[in-house]
Amino acid sequence: MQILQQKLCRLWRRYSPMMVGLFFLLPLGGCSQNWGWYVVNPATPAGQRNLKFLIDGLYYTIALSLTAITISIIVGLMIALPGLSSRRVPRGINRVYVEMVRAIPILVLILWVYYGLPQVAGISISVFWAGVLALAVSDSAFQAEIFRAGIQSINRGQYEAAASISLNYRDTMRFVILPQAIKRILPALGNQLVYMLKMSSLVSVIGMQELTRRANELVVTEYRPLEIYTVLVLEYLVVILIVSAGVRWLERRLNAAD
Amino acid sequence: MTPQPLSAFLSVQNVSKYFDNFCALDDVSLDVSLGQKLVICGPSGSGKSTLIRCVKQLERHQSGKIYIDGTEVGAGDAGQAAIRENVGMVFQQFNLFPHLTIMENLTLGPVRARGMPAAAAAELAMHYLERVRIPEQSHKYPSQLSGGQQQRVAIARALCMKPKLMLFDEPTSALDPEMIAEVLDVIGELADAGMTMICVTHEMGFARQVADMMLFMDHGKIVEMAPPRRFFSQPESPRCKLFLSQILRH
Ligand SMILES: Nc1ncnc2c1ncn2[C@@H]1O[C@H](COP(=O)(O)OP(=O)(O)OP(=O)(O)O)[C@@H](O)[C@H]1O
Ligand SMILES: [Mg+2]
Repeated sequence: MQILQQKLCRLWRRYSPMMVGLFFLLPLGGCSQNWGWYVVNPATPAGQRNLKFLIDGLYYTIALSLTAITISIIVGLMIALPGLSSRRVPRGINRVYVEMVRAIPILVLILWVYYGLPQVAGISISVFWAGVLALAVSDSAFQAEIFRAGIQSINRGQYEAAASISLNYRDTMRFVILPQAIKRILPALGNQLVYMLKMSSLVSVIGMQELTRRANELVVTEYRPLEIYTVLVLEYLVVILIVSAGVRWLERRLNAAD
Repeated sequence: MTPQPLSAFLSVQNVSKYFDNFCALDDVSLDVSLGQKLVICGPSGSGKSTLIRCVKQLERHQSGKIYIDGTEVGAGDAGQAAIRENVGMVFQQFNLFPHLTIMENLTLGPVRARGMPAAAAAELAMHYLERVRIPEQSHKYPSQLSGGQQQRVAIARALCMKPKLMLFDEPTSALDPEMIAEVLDVIGELADAGMTMICVTHEMGFARQVADMMLFMDHGKIVEMAPPRRFFSQPESPRCKLFLSQILRH
């Protein structure tokens, strides 16, 4: 009985903000004659078509975010490691990269990579890869800082123990330091993934057919911004809540290991 | 390039070590030959840890030379290899890898640094876990073990690298009193089996049993060095006398 109560309590605490939100949102539909949910009514063929059009953007939102965050984690780690050096030059490289990249607004970076980079580098770049590149570069500066802090939080004794069993630098990082550091920075990495999912909406400006772009296009043809953007909000909400739950699950699993 | 005496396995010659301007080791010299058991004691801050950390090159000394098996340790790759090959170390705080199981803690070094096949490494690990009397814990994580068990795992981890010289830095001073004996027993057995070792400890009963040389340090210097019988019965320096009287009182 008590266990059930605790469970309900936990469920309530976790989902109540969302329910309160919906509680305020839904009556709006009833009290105003301006709402026209028919555009996304799943009971009609037209509504179904529109909904499908909107939700199909999910593929690119997720593909874009996951590809970008994978690259940004790798780049971020490669930038973080010189930042931990005792020598000045590697540390300087780390600082310059982080400070410069952090200073560029993501939207500006997206525009520059898509319109500017092809001219500078003489290459053609697809919308998808331009988006991935801009998001990844922008995020990598933050990843670098997260990794640096995480690695620095590991006790010096762990390095000494690794040295005492003759591990070289690579193996020390790979088998001793990084597994522990990653466990500690997992919440921050989760935040960064959520951030990335949201920032991917900016890639709509160069024509990427992700959630936001789809919503914009549908608004142009249907003239129902309120309903369509409400659906858009809910789409992001659902995706991000699922991702957050996934990250928390992973954290619990890793913490159970020791 | 001076020829060094080959009789000693470890030779520390006029080593000094500074932290900024603070002199932690002041012109220290000592020799340890194979099979010898050296116990170091001395007040807190006297440089005991610094000395054995310099031997393992976890700290760099500024002057003097340290030779292991005839190779100077401070000098480049050969010195590093000599340490890797020959010297094992056990820390006061155990420093086990918390994210790895006991078995993984033990096999990591042999597999990654020695290139040993995983199966052979596991067999070796089990052998040493039996020697430290905890073979049944191999699948657990360090946090699931008591302090005494963790320190015995740390000893087994060092042994898996087949060192010729073992360094112990106050291996029992982070332990609850009831766990000290089980760790000292393991170290004592190791000593009986002929392992060369340098042990920093304040456990004087243990020192009396295993040491064939006692060393007292104060202010970064070796103040007294004598076989245990003479060391305990008739210490020469007043500081050592005082230290012993304080430590043996309780
Ligand atoms: N990394 C360091 N930076 C600056 N000073 C240090 C450092 N490590 C040790 N020292 C200093 O060097 C001196 C000797 O330290 P050491 O750890 O060797 O003493 P110890 O004899 O092992 O003492 P204890 O019994 O407390 O372990 C101490 O005064 C200490 O403050
Ligand atoms: Mg010490």
